[in-house]
Amino acid sequence: MATPGKAHEIRAIIRRHKRWDLIFGLMGLASLSVAILTLLALFTDMALSGIPRLDADFFTSFPSRRAGQAGILSAWVGSVLVMLVTAFVAVPVGIAGAIYLEEYAPKNWFTDLIEINITNLAGVPSIIYGLLALGLFVYTFGLGQSILTAGLTLALLILPIVITTTREALRSIPQHVREGAYACGASQWQVVHDHLLPYSTPGILTGVIIGLSRAIGETAPIITIGALTFIAFLPPVPLSGDPAAGLFDWLFSPFTVMPIQIFNWTSRPDTSFQQNAAAASFVLIFMTLGMNAIAIWLRYRLRKNIKW
Amino acid sequence: MSAISPMSSAPETDAGKSVGAAKLAEYARTKARRKRSERLIRSVLFLAACVSVFTTVGIVYVLLKESIAFFQAVPLWTFLTDTQWTPLFSDARFGIMVLLSGTITSSLVALLVAIPLGTIIAIYLSEFAGHKTRETLKPILELLSGVPTIIYGYFALLFVTPMLQRLFPELPSFNILSAGLVMGIMIIPYVSSLSEDAMRAVPMSLREGSYAMGGTRLQTALNVVFPAALSGIASAYILGISRAVGETMILAVAAGMQPNLTFNPMEPAATVTAYIVQVALGDLPHGSVGYQTIFAAGLTLMVITLCFNLAGHWLRRRFREVY
Repeated sequence: MATPGKAHEIRAIIRRHKRWDLIFGLMGLASLSVAILTLLALFTDMALSGIPRLDADFFTSFPSRRAGQAGILSAWVGSVLVMLVTAFVAVPVGIAGAIYLEEYAPKNWFTDLIEINITNLAGVPSIIYGLLALGLFVYTFGLGQSILTAGLTLALLILPIVITTTREALRSIPQHVREGAYACGASQWQVVHDHLLPYSTPGILTGVIIGLSRAIGETAPIITIGALTFIAFLPPVPLSGDPAAGLFDWLFSPFTVMPIQIFNWTSRPDTSFQQNAAAASFVLIFMTLGMNAIAIWLRYRLRKNIKW
Repeated sequence: MSAISPMSSAPETDAGKSVGAAKLAEYARTKARRKRSERLIRSVLFLAACVSVFTTVGIVYVLLKESIAFFQAVPLWTFLTDTQWTPLFSDARFGIMVLLSGTITSSLVALLVAIPLGTIIAIYLSEFAGHKTRETLKPILELLSGVPTIIYGYFALLFVTPMLQRLFPELPSFNILSAGLVMGIMIIPYVSSLSEDAMRAVPMSLREGSYAMGGTRLQTALNVVFPAALSGIASAYILGISRAVGETMILAVAAGMQPNLTFNPMEPAATVTAYIVQVALGDLPHGSVGYQTIFAAGLTLMVITLCFNLAGHWLRRRFREVY
């Protein structure tokens, strides 16, 4: 029916549209490569200037006024201890809160309030948590600028992450598991404790690791509570020293963490300190990306093994 | 059936009756104990869920308490309109606009990077890329948001700024531009992964309809899928904005910390967040006006991000497409 000229025209239109498809595909790839190349540049830059400084001494020396002798001992010990406190608080509270919201909560205005609250807290800038800690933990409760204050602050910061992922893990368990357990006479807590928690462990673990990997890189809230940046000693080891330190004295010790040490070194004009910053960044990024990789692997395992 | 039912099959003797009654009483006791512990567990779980509410109450309480003291010394109108921010000098002036200009400029630079790139990436991953490409690229992209922000600050100051200085030799070593660009890259995954989720939630039948009418992939993506997913995409943008406004360390490291009323990204400027860091690094006596300024600044920040969060919430509710 169509004249040969018309068919030719239509073919031209189709070709043009297909060309636009191709152009957009290339734009997508270009955008992706901007993002990925930035990541690569970041890594390469850090590796080139940081790796020469990475030796055993770097991990076992305290910060020093001489860049060549400075190390990250107090920083990584501080980071590990703060993470211990954070995990110790955020994991039980987060999981318990999620269980309540997912399994127990009645449908009413208060439950809605809690849910909206958690969504909003996830969007609050981290530095605001620092102000909360400064006003509440440091001055009102008198906890000082201690490991305990920092751990609690970061625990509040990652609580929304832990709660949200735990809820998702619980929600993905099919209803018939619960019904089966109830039919055998289990109480609500028995259902949760004996069935739901074991089945959702990989999901919960993923959330906890992602939360902790975010917490270990947080700088702003810890600077805001006024943590010192030059710490050339370690927190007291329980039951050692003279007079013997108490079991929980380390909680109230001043401290520094990896991101603060990096910030301190980056903001000095001396380039040899900036090398230290690169090396410390390398260690920190290794910690966070390592944690993220574990989380991704866990998620993969979880998807693979569980079939309802 | 009757063999396992003690009520009906037990011999009608006094001894049998009392054994049955004792058993029943024991069951009742167990049940009561179980109920008690269930109630206890329930209230412990409830308290844990309330921690988030306590956190919000704590934040509002701390910010308001110190800010009210601050606004008794400095009138709100001066705070909003003054064009100088010199709270720690003897001639103290408190004009939050100075800090807000830094926040706005840096956020704009970041969004100019994150929104176009994030949207294109989202459309590409959702509509163009194959399953395998998507599953490999997404985790890599998400690594971008997993890198600690202090490291981005280091990167902006010591890698991006020197690179930009080759293009613009007059660029100072602290500037909003490089901090904003790096911040934009950091925000890409926030924008792209939420937008992609929204687009993938658009049912296949809409796409098939468009293909049946002769639409190409790009036409389908732009004219069918994108509008259908608009509410989700808008809330992804808003999440990106509130990340940009609240970002601290990149700006504190790479944009300098001197207050500067400017909208020129080539200049150094302090943002609201960088100012809080700067004060916290020093030693301000608790209770002084200088100490209170960081809470007033924090309150300003909180109000801005809260507005964006509520707007996002409202958008999701208002424009949610139900298929």
